[in-house]
Amino acid sequence: MASNLSTPDATRVSSSRPARPTPGRKNRGTKKNKGPYPYWFYLVPGVIYGLFFLAPTFSSFYYSFTRWDLFTATWIGLDNYEQFFAEQALVIGLRNTLIYAVMTSGLKVVLGMALAVLLTSRIIARGYLRSVIFFPVLVSTIGVGLTFTVLMNPEKGLINNALGAVGVAGPGWLTNPHLAIFSVGLVDVWKGVGLATVIYIAGLVSIPQDYYEAARVDGASSWDMFRHITLPLAKPATASVIILSLIGGLRSFDLIWSMTKGGPGFASDVIASVIYKQYQAGFFGLSTAGSVVLFVLVTAIVVPLTWWLNRGETA
Amino acid sequence: MRSHSTRLRVAPLVAVATAALALSGCSAGSLGGSSGSDDKTLTFLSPNDDASVASGKALIAAFEKANPGVTVKMEQRPGGSDGDNIIKTRLSTGDMDDVFVYNNGSLLQAIKPATNLVPLDDQSWAGNIDKLFADSSTVDGKLYGGPVGTAFGGGVLYNIPIYKMLHLQVPKTWDEFMSNSAAIKKAGKVPIEQTYGETWTSQLFVLGDYHNVAAQVPDFASQYTAGKDKYASTPAALAGFEHLQQVKEAGYLNKDYASATLNDGLKAVADGTAAQYPQLGGSAAAFDQVAPGKGDDVGFFALPGDDAASNGMTVWPGTSALYIPKTTEGDKLDLAKKFIAFATTQKGCEAYAEGSPPQGPFLSNDCKLPSDVSQVAKDTQAYFSAGKASPALEFLSPIKGPNLEQICVQVGTGQVNAEKGAQLYDDDVEKQAQQLGLPGWS
Repeated sequence: MASNLSTPDATRVSSSRPARPTPGRKNRGTKKNKGPYPYWFYLVPGVIYGLFFLAPTFSSFYYSFTRWDLFTATWIGLDNYEQFFAEQALVIGLRNTLIYAVMTSGLKVVLGMALAVLLTSRIIARGYLRSVIFFPVLVSTIGVGLTFTVLMNPEKGLINNALGAVGVAGPGWLTNPHLAIFSVGLVDVWKGVGLATVIYIAGLVSIPQDYYEAARVDGASSWDMFRHITLPLAKPATASVIILSLIGGLRSFDLIWSMTKGGPGFASDVIASVIYKQYQAGFFGLSTAGSVVLFVLVTAIVVPLTWWLNRGETA
Repeated sequence: MRSHSTRLRVAPLVAVATAALALSGCSAGSLGGSSGSDDKTLTFLSPNDDASVASGKALIAAFEKANPGVTVKMEQRPGGSDGDNIIKTRLSTGDMDDVFVYNNGSLLQAIKPATNLVPLDDQSWAGNIDKLFADSSTVDGKLYGGPVGTAFGGGVLYNIPIYKMLHLQVPKTWDEFMSNSAAIKKAGKVPIEQTYGETWTSQLFVLGDYHNVAAQVPDFASQYTAGKDKYASTPAALAGFEHLQQVKEAGYLNKDYASATLNDGLKAVADGTAAQYPQLGGSAAAFDQVAPGKGDDVGFFALPGDDAASNGMTVWPGTSALYIPKTTEGDKLDLAKKFIAFATTQKGCEAYAEGSPPQGPFLSNDCKLPSDVSQVAKDTQAYFSAGKASPALEFLSPIKGPNLEQICVQVGTGQVNAEKGAQLYDDDVEKQAQQLGLPGWS
């Protein structure tokens, strides 16, 4: 009996030996609360991130305190910042950046929401219309900029010719210093509203139909349903659209550069184009200081805004 | 067991990632040197305007014909500040073509010739070139630029038939210029063409006025370089900005001045839509393309100042020169030097002139102007011959503020007045001087 028992025991022990490491490892894993991947798995992306993101970012903080010509850097303390803030183009640039960001993100929210409501309702050729609205997002920004520059030419452009045909004298869209930044903003909205619409469509279709049915039973009008169901329940989508387009607007550069190069004069300069021009002129230290200022500005606006917009989300 | 298989799956992934890194590192490094590994090929970077491309191509063709088996590949870059950017970036990353065309004068200083360029003092042609050109292509006693093309003036292109029709004389003072303009306006033509759609063209009233500034304040260049004389506080220098403001306020400009481009302007002055166009004489080379057959209707006069007796032309002794970057080495360096030497010969000059008609005297003393040159070239030559020509400020001082064109557009479109514009430019100049580390600017 005993020998009978011992043999299977022994075999059991010996047969279970190879299996032992498995529960052991499982224990260790749960003890440290570790994910399924080992830490060194992060090594390669970590090196890439460090080399191509962290190192340039932190060295740029250093170079912003120097007079730098790519070969030598002389420490000049806060002079670059002083000079950057004394620049007349910067005052215009700062104002334009804020105008541009608020205008484009505001219009994208309103138009994106309106288009999304339209494109989630039962209309003819819905799929086709959705593609049409999204199409400008796919086109190269520089291409859009150059095309609209031609269209907006005050004397020969299609837009003013069309306006002229119905007896309206079109303005100098890009040549009037007071108008240029708004014209570029409108083109930005034309190009970017597709993305906002797609985000809103995703937000709207995730709202359960039950709410609308219940509201209809209670005799709510279409406006009531929009105001009290669609609008509040699409808030996460609104937050995404505002944040994305605001960040995009604050650091926008390519469209403005391809349409006006910040002109006429400095009338449509934004911070990014001021920085670019300084870089072009070879003022590397000064333009690096400008980049740091832009970084701080975007962070200072977007971080609190994100917190504010998302504050009710998890509760 | 699970852990074991994870480890197995990771290994190839890491291998792939490392290989990708190694590969990308490799290709990035070889980009610069890979263009034409044989010694008989040169790469040549040219500005992309029509005239430069046409004449560059003609020069290359003649050089290839004279040196069988040699190939020169042309690359193109934009002009203006975008071009500056490309040149600076490619030089500092060691990715420059074997030979390139770039401005001399103050812009040459900004690309650090001592660090980036091969000096050409030892070349046989070096002693036989225009003195103004040699001076403006020399930095710290070393000549870096080889001559290409001709010198030209900065002044006013005018439509000769309109001037004849209205019995107008070429103006020698600013008042005469304004009264001519009034007469032209009365006759229903556009008195003054401006083309702020291409911003650099806005600078002529300021830059082209330098001969008049120097006539009144002979030591302006050195005082300005030392940080003592400023545009805003020197009436003679301020005049250029005031002129920009006056022509706008008098309503003498073409309707589309804010959006028109250089080619629009040249076309307008050639076909008689506009009577006068402040411009570089060198731009007249494009008449063949933009207004065929009308080029001879256009003459050229210096920007008028306060004093008729001292009136003369501000000249650009060749806005650009040929340079060899330090990255060109060995046989390629010899070939590049040969190419530049070829450009200084009569054959080279003729080939260049074929591509774009000369608008002033050649820079190499070995080259002679053909007899059938344009009216603009003849008018320019007359100022040179009379000794009434002085180089533009950018050839006498290393400082040129990078934002002058935008500031001129601001003044020229009435956004700010002349005094404010001049002050803004003084601030701009200060930044440039500090970046160059000049004494007296701290």
